[in-house]
Amino acid sequence: MSLLGDMSAWVDFFSTVLRLSIPIVFAALGGVLSERAGVFNVSLEGCILGGAFGAATGAYLTGTPVGGLLVGLLAAAAIGCILAGLAVSLGINQLVTGIAINILVLGLTSYLARLILGADATSTLPGFSPMAIPVLSSIPVIGPVLFNQDPLAYLMYLAVPLSFWFLYRTPWGLIVRAIGDYPIAADTVGVSVPAVRALCVIASCMLGGLGGCYLVLCQVFVFTENMSAGKGWIALAAVILGRWNPALVFAACIFFAFSEALQLRLQFNNPDVPYQLFSMVPFLASFVALVVFAGRVRPPGAIGIKYVRGGK
Amino acid sequence: MLRAIQYIYVLRPVWAVLAALLVGAGLIAVAGVNPWDAYGALFGGAFLDYYGLASTLAKMSPILLAGLAVIVPLRVGLLNIGAEGQIYMGGLFSSMAALLLPEMSPYLQVPLCVLAGAVGGGFWGMIPGYLKAYRGVNEVIITILLNFIAINLVSYVAGGPMMQEGAPYPYSEEIREGLWLPYIMPQTDAHLGVLAGIVLCLAAWFVFRFTTVGFGLGMIGKNPTAATYAGIRVRRNVVAVMFVAGAIGGLAGTFEVLGLKHRLYHLFSPGYGFDGIVVAFLAQLSPLMAPIAAFFLSGLKVGGLIMQRAVGLESTVVEAIQGLVIIFVAVSLAFRFDRGNWRRFLERRRLLDAGLAQGVTNNSGGTS
Repeated sequence: MSLLGDMSAWVDFFSTVLRLSIPIVFAALGGVLSERAGVFNVSLEGCILGGAFGAATGAYLTGTPVGGLLVGLLAAAAIGCILAGLAVSLGINQLVTGIAINILVLGLTSYLARLILGADATSTLPGFSPMAIPVLSSIPVIGPVLFNQDPLAYLMYLAVPLSFWFLYRTPWGLIVRAIGDYPIAADTVGVSVPAVRALCVIASCMLGGLGGCYLVLCQVFVFTENMSAGKGWIALAAVILGRWNPALVFAACIFFAFSEALQLRLQFNNPDVPYQLFSMVPFLASFVALVVFAGRVRPPGAIGIKYVRGGK
Repeated sequence: MLRAIQYIYVLRPVWAVLAALLVGAGLIAVAGVNPWDAYGALFGGAFLDYYGLASTLAKMSPILLAGLAVIVPLRVGLLNIGAEGQIYMGGLFSSMAALLLPEMSPYLQVPLCVLAGAVGGGFWGMIPGYLKAYRGVNEVIITILLNFIAINLVSYVAGGPMMQEGAPYPYSEEIREGLWLPYIMPQTDAHLGVLAGIVLCLAAWFVFRFTTVGFGLGMIGKNPTAATYAGIRVRRNVVAVMFVAGAIGGLAGTFEVLGLKHRLYHLFSPGYGFDGIVVAFLAQLSPLMAPIAAFFLSGLKVGGLIMQRAVGLESTVVEAIQGLVIIFVAVSLAFRFDRGNWRRFLERRRLLDAGLAQGVTNNSGGTS
């Protein structure tokens, strides 16, 4: 095997890791935002699916990927409004609400997809195409892997440091973290706890929806039922594993994407072994990682608890 | 009056279901079908027809047991999203006991299969229980991950080591007829599983209502700190409850294999574990209400297919309606009956009425 052949195989492998990581990274950043504000966002799975459905519908109706992106984000924002209304305003158990939303989105998107996309469901939709960044994309290995991607991938490169900067270096980030840890403090200085929480939940769902948009507009160009396929749950595992810190969460997502890429490679190289044995790998990796590393983490103090002024 | 208002509150899930069906009617109308016809075909087919009712009862078996597998730990404050995985592990273990053990008397082997399924599911449920109790890992995430692992594991076994030779897709050899569960309605698929589920629900109700064990568990759910001071071993109970829940989920898979499928198929549960969550909330965590909720939900699913044949509407609408049902029920749970509030309101009304009546007589007296 020549060095060049080896290299192109590596480029292939790392591009796969990157492509698989993007939806999880977006969703996990969303999870960080909402959990930092004290709200479990178990509906990330539904947000990815809703975003994907919105992206497919938008791209199908407008014929442009930008239209798809907008509709996808709108759909995810709508899911966020439901979650915020139920979990933040009405104070219904956040886990229950999230799961209820997942079930609703799964049913609704399956039904509406047949209704709207119907017979065209298998034809490819318009999507974003890769844009090589001059100079940078000609660096060997790193160039083709990192700098010959679609716009949403570049957006992800920005989203990770931006969310880190937002949470730890801006007054708004401080408010969000305060609301998640000790809401009374935020309330005392005159910040509306429910309003900030609702905003964070909606933004969080839109980030999850962005992951769904990426699936449809940059990866497969069709909508299929339940196409989120557990990515939202992996993202939630990444949030815990990354201890609610965007940088570490990003690392956890790359770890999961790596194990997913590895299992795809194993499937490809071992066609005689039933592929399900390998499909298990990313979930098993998440499980093991959670058990080994997430032992004594400290989640945001007020997570899962509805804030009542003057309450205990 | 106060009593009547309280009843309206108790029936919250019913109102929620009706509201969901109403919104669902809108969804059906969007597809250009008369919702009245669609619902007629759905409920008529699922509940009023002999074969339809039998299908409903056959579907009710895994849904009811999965519901109980969610209800029992939730009363202790644990959210078991892993019933799906526990169903798969139950199916896997029971079919292994049925197919791999040397042939023996059914009177011995059927209980062995059931036991294997329960233990398999119980073991799968114990993992998140242990991690929650002793390592503080969120049980929701762990159970979800274990679901995916169990589903893939069963697909692997049914498509690899235990696959029937020449099968077009992953399934095992057929389990011999002697080990099948008895049917409860002649010439249909309705098997004993649903009755077993109802018996288990009654048992769970009895334990929570009348025993010290059940009282202790309820206490953990309400206030773990108080339970600790009362001498209840919280950690150990958390593990035990998750084992029991897993075992119930495992039974759902066991009965599905022994009663209905008679083989280990890959993907044999189309999300019954998640239907269990819906049942748990519809029943408001009451084991006595669970059979009613499960009966309704299974009818909705069976009826969806009948409706698809009858009026040509996509049966996926039923999944959407199911999602609406759980959202509406979740919302309805936010409205708690506040006796004091309502009593004050009624009191104010009574005073106002009295005041008005007096004012009216005074006024009329003054003017005439």
